Amino acid sequence: MKAIIDRDECTGCEECVEVCPVGAIEMEDDVAVVGDDCDLCGMCVDECPVEAITMPRKEVAEEAVFSDYRGVWVFCEQVAGEIARVGFELLGAGRSLADKLGQNLTAVLLGHGLKDEAQRLFSFGADEVIYVDHPALSHFNDESYSKVLINLIKERKPDIILAGASSIGRSFIPRVAAGVQTGLTADCTELDIGDEDRLLYQTRPAFGGNVMATILCPHTRPQMATVRSRVMKPLAPDESRQGQVEVVNPDETWLESRVEVVEVVRETKETANLADAEVIVTGGRGLGTPDKFEMLEELASLLGGAVGASRAAVDAGWMPYAHQVGQTGKTVSPKLYIALGVSGAIQHLVGMQSSDNILAINKDPDAPIFNVATIGVVEDLFDVVPALIEKIKAEKRG
Amino acid sequence: MKIAVFIKQVPDTKSVQLDPETHTLKREGVESIINPFDMYAIEAGLMLKDRYGGETTVITMGPPQAEEALRQALGMGIDHAVLLSDKAFAGADTWATSLTLANAVEKFGGFDILVCGKQASDGDTAQVGPEMACHLDVPYATFVSKIVDVADGRITVHRLMDFGYEVLRLPCPGLITVVKEVGDPRLPSLRGKMRAKKAEIPVLGAADLGLEPGMVGLNGSYTEVVKVFTPERSGKKETVSGTAEEIAARLYELIKGMKIKGI
Ligand SMILES: Cc1cc2nc3c(=O)[nH]c(=O)nc-3n(C[C@H](O)[C@H](O)[C@H](O)COP(=O)(O)OP(=O)(O)OC[C@H]3O[C@@H](n4cnc5c(N)ncnc54)[C@H](O)[C@@H]3O)c2cc1C
Ligand SMILES: Nc1ncnc2c1ncn2[C@@H]1O[C@H](COP(=O)(O)O)[C@@H](O)[C@H]1O
Repeated sequence: MKAIIDRDECTGCEECVEVCPVGAIEMEDDVAVVGDDCDLCGMCVDECPVEAITMPRKEVAEEAVFSDYRGVWVFCEQVAGEIARVGFELLGAGRSLADKLGQNLTAVLLGHGLKDEAQRLFSFGADEVIYVDHPALSHFNDESYSKVLINLIKERKPDIILAGASSIGRSFIPRVAAGVQTGLTADCTELDIGDEDRLLYQTRPAFGGNVMATILCPHTRPQMATVRSRVMKPLAPDESRQGQVEVVNPDETWLESRVEVVEVVRETKETANLADAEVIVTGGRGLGTPDKFEMLEELASLLGGAVGASRAAVDAGWMPYAHQVGQTGKTVSPKLYIALGVSGAIQHLVGMQSSDNILAINKDPDAPIFNVATIGVVEDLFDVVPALIEKIKAEKRG
Repeated sequence: MKIAVFIKQVPDTKSVQLDPETHTLKREGVESIINPFDMYAIEAGLMLKDRYGGETTVITMGPPQAEEALRQALGMGIDHAVLLSDKAFAGADTWATSLTLANAVEKFGGFDILVCGKQASDGDTAQVGPEMACHLDVPYATFVSKIVDVADGRITVHRLMDFGYEVLRLPCPGLITVVKEVGDPRLPSLRGKMRAKKAEIPVLGAADLGLEPGMVGLNGSYTEVVKVFTPERSGKKETVSGTAEEIAARLYELIKGMKIKGI
């Protein structure tokens, strides 16, 4: 199967040939022809100026009816008994989806001794809270967590399930989706309900944020997505919203796991969690020596952010790998990304170019980082950064 | 020990250029590489073999030219390669891909450890590994940064988390998805390259794997891409200059306008 070209509409402009990431399109007699290498990524469809290209649709024998699947669920992850921020964000997003569908919003929490935490979920928008309580669930475990969720889904049939695209969500949600035999869209940045088809429109970056793809799961239920943190907004907590937490005691068989968590090692530094950070201050080879990262940590903590590193800085041993941003590191999209002494190689850009604001400080005016920067400073970072730190400190002192 | 490594051929980001004005993709000649994370998967497979002996097999599902990626892996020291290629595989989402790969695992059989990369650089989903483990009903560990050991039929690993790392132990057969820290990919050896050139690589299609056409590719997928578009970038761009103090003052103002909690 491959992209379909309307030969009468094709003007022979060759835009599709250029954009095809697998080189599957060739010109024959001034008309684009799609070869067997086409992997149906859809990039040519968007690129074609005359809308001459379409994607083949999946053949379905008969349209299934899903009227018994109702409700929007948000899986709220907790680490060490504290509900992660992304859960609250997803309740905000889930609230508007549920309202649009005229259905209930349910928060799902797994853990132990968290009755009070569970209660808080109402004020952030949940109509119902399912709290699965057991000591074996206090720490995340891929197998028990997926079994619990799979059993709840089979029993109660939600229409939509959202979870954070965190290390926890991206680790076990694929198993849940495979277990209930449905589709899953990873790392979404936008969610909406279709006006007519009432389906969940899931939009996410692909090809390192160079394109966006909108994805549907039309033929199976539930529709499942993991969603990046910091993209959706939590609702302001409304204490008047209250309800009865439903405490579920899991079946012992749900808790069996072949995966043994031998030890949990927490990185104590606050500036280490890139996934959740609102601000990321990243250092590259331009820092010159590892001790310069102390300056970055100071700036990051003044801004309440985390510290990132380019691969060059990680490979030089200046920062641990967990801080690496880019193609072989982490993909991040904070509100503010500050790149210091980073040249902006494409492998770095694909990991951070969807950040809301990008501030780049680099001595070289031709550094490619300035192609994506929203604020550019062509200066020596060792002049500007200390001045910025002083300025913030002075303002904080008031 | 029998080890299977899963790799995907992807377009090289280096040959993708971003037009700074329009932010659209410009491609000059399409080059393909092994997905960067899968280079670490190959290295992990070879490290396991170095330490515990046995046999390594590299498996990919892709178009006929994905054979190049397999030969590159053979050059690095992998023993066998299998190409899953069929026109019917086109348009597969992670469900259909993982099901196809899982059927290949069952056909060849007897693997103790399956190794995937953390994610592929084209789709960035990180789903194929865990979903394949589910199809095969084997335990898995994602984001593995270190293989501690394999002993008494169990593999112990470090798994990178947002808050630090975990030490996990799982019984074999099991699946891991690896990140860069697991080890630097070795260079191909001359002997390896020679062997890779001559190696026979079996090509299997849907029918060989006992898969109906409706179970693979687009028809076997649960998700459908309905639209692909170029993201809108905030057009605003400001260049700040002056003395260090002037720049700092302007930057502070701009950052303040972003409504960041820390400020
Ligand atoms: C398969 C593959 C995967 C990769 N994955 C990643 C990845 O995940 N993440 C990643 O980051 N890279 C990745 N890379 C590497 C990438 O190609 C670049 O080599 C790397 O990002 C460069 O890091 P850098 O910007 O810190 O260093 P450089 O490119 O050396 O840039 C340093 C910059 O600092 C500036 N500078 C120097 N001194 C000062 C000063 N005093 N003040 C201001 N500016 C100064 C210089 O002008 C220069 O632009 C990958 C490469 C490959 C091949
Ligand atoms: N077509 C494929 N053939 C073989 N392995 C694959 C394929 N697609 C994905 N994988 C493996 O699954 C991992 C995750 O891919 P993805 O879920 O696409 O991000 C990759 O790093 C590979 O190890």
